[in-house]
Amino acid sequence: MSSATVNERERRRAERRLEKQRAAAEHDLPRSMRPSAAVKVITVVVLVVALFYFLFPIYWAIIASTKSPSQMVGTNGMWFAVGLGDLPNAIASNYATLLGWTRGNFWRWVLNSLIYSGVSAAIGTIAAVMAGYATAKFNFRGKNAAIGVIMACMLMPAALLTIPQYSIFHSLHLTNTMLSIIIPCCVSPFGFFLGRVYAQSSVPDELLEAARIDGASEARIFFTIVLRLLAPAMVTIFLFLFVATWNNFLLPLMMVSSDTLKPVTLGLYGMVSLATFTDRGALMMGALLGVLPVIVLFLGLQRFWQSGLAAGAVKG
Amino acid sequence: MAPFAILFAFVFILPIGWAVYSSFFRQIAEGGGAYGGGKLVNKFVGLQNFQYAITSADFWTGVGHVLVYTVIQVPVMIIAALALAMVVDSFVVKHVTGFRLGYFLPYAIPGVVASIIWVYLYNGQISPIVKGLAAIGINVDFFADNVVLLSMANITTWTFTGYNMLIFLAALQAIPHDLYEAARIDGANGWQIAMKIKLPNVRGAALLAMLLSIVGTIQLFNEPQIMATADPGISKSYTPMMMALNTSQGTLTPSGDGPASAIAIVMALIAGVLAMLYTLAERKVNE
Repeated sequence: MSSATVNERERRRAERRLEKQRAAAEHDLPRSMRPSAAVKVITVVVLVVALFYFLFPIYWAIIASTKSPSQMVGTNGMWFAVGLGDLPNAIASNYATLLGWTRGNFWRWVLNSLIYSGVSAAIGTIAAVMAGYATAKFNFRGKNAAIGVIMACMLMPAALLTIPQYSIFHSLHLTNTMLSIIIPCCVSPFGFFLGRVYAQSSVPDELLEAARIDGASEARIFFTIVLRLLAPAMVTIFLFLFVATWNNFLLPLMMVSSDTLKPVTLGLYGMVSLATFTDRGALMMGALLGVLPVIVLFLGLQRFWQSGLAAGAVKG
Repeated sequence: MAPFAILFAFVFILPIGWAVYSSFFRQIAEGGGAYGGGKLVNKFVGLQNFQYAITSADFWTGVGHVLVYTVIQVPVMIIAALALAMVVDSFVVKHVTGFRLGYFLPYAIPGVVASIIWVYLYNGQISPIVKGLAAIGINVDFFADNVVLLSMANITTWTFTGYNMLIFLAALQAIPHDLYEAARIDGANGWQIAMKIKLPNVRGAALLAMLLSIVGTIQLFNEPQIMATADPGISKSYTPMMMALNTSQGTLTPSGDGPASAIAIVMALIAGVLAMLYTLAERKVNE
């Protein structure tokens, strides 16, 4: 773990340095190069308008989650229907409605989503890193063919596989089980790609040589040295797999039919697709509570996203 | 390598094989009659399933929807993402972290939830957008037949623009800063630097993002499926992916895995051809 924290500290330091350079660059620019006031204003306006576009639906959903069906139609969509003092009551009543519509299963669905995403991301990350490391550092027969096939599958529309996957799982009597969602979500060609790129760039050959000369077995090298070096990369891959599973809709829609096995996306879809459904405010509350775990992951681990995307961008 | 290989074979290779195999079969009731009541048996039907997919008007309407959608949505999203990345990367504005985070946030919202929120925002009864536009004399119906595809495209754009922006931003930040300094000494202004240095350097990233976006839109499913709960005009075969799902679940005839697999395979082939054409065209342009 210590090497990871050292890396982290260095990264932060480098980031800060870059930030300073940026600030300095602006001051050092010759007068003719400095952005004019007009350019500055236009840029800020563009940025703010774009921000409004991206955040407005989320803001609206937060407001809507406190409203009853009649308030949804009758009151200003941009602000709460009741005074701030009455807000806790409005929230409580929508929360009760939400639990009623979901037959008390709402938190069960969130838990299911957490299990599906967490387990498949954990298994998928280890598998992807192993495969990435193996193809980056060892030569074996058929290696290039294997890489080619996996890369081709990265470009393949994955949803098209869901139907045959369903048939296979069905014939194995595995549909409508947790495994039917976890197993397909464990495999990610993109995860493999990232694992390979990271293993190529951050596991030095000299280190492996030294460990081999010291008599370490390949398994020991992998688990004690390589995994540690790749720890930051693994967080990135884990995040991508986690979100991909959390957001997957078609797979659970096909695989799972019991109420208690549904992930939260499927549960919410079940609510909107009912013809009699009217409690849109309560649904918005469910939607917000259902995405909360992912948002927390996002904000907490933001820089891992960037490093993952950077690897994809530079290599691509 | 082995664990990944086994999982990979089970989740990717086996289903592909299964899809190809089952596409030559069709489930029919024993005894021949449509309502024969006999038990279902698999019958080898040769290329009939493919013939059905290729000659089905619904299928090609669906393909048409997806193609129009791709042609509009992907360029708009990539150009917007590129433009935002350039602006965020420029030295014009300080403190861009907040903007970056705000743009990326929609990616954290699952497609289903994003679609539900937007469907409500398109709804004339409750949407502040529709009401606001009506108040200034513009009446829009986001579910009108010729608008609904754009409404869907907007949902996808909203979700993925920030994601692509981060990819481009990463590529932009990998450009060595000496290049900018050299250009400045040669008298280039900010606009010229953006067009002549930054743009060519993110071309690789843009190509990859474009390709992955095209592949993504080929399997368009979540948005129309959710929109269909609010708009009866969206049929069960609105996109090929919806058609394949409903065929395999028996809500469209002929039903079963065979015809569904045939649809999936034809779509995969179309996706492959599109991806290849795109790469070739890009290479030609580069030369």
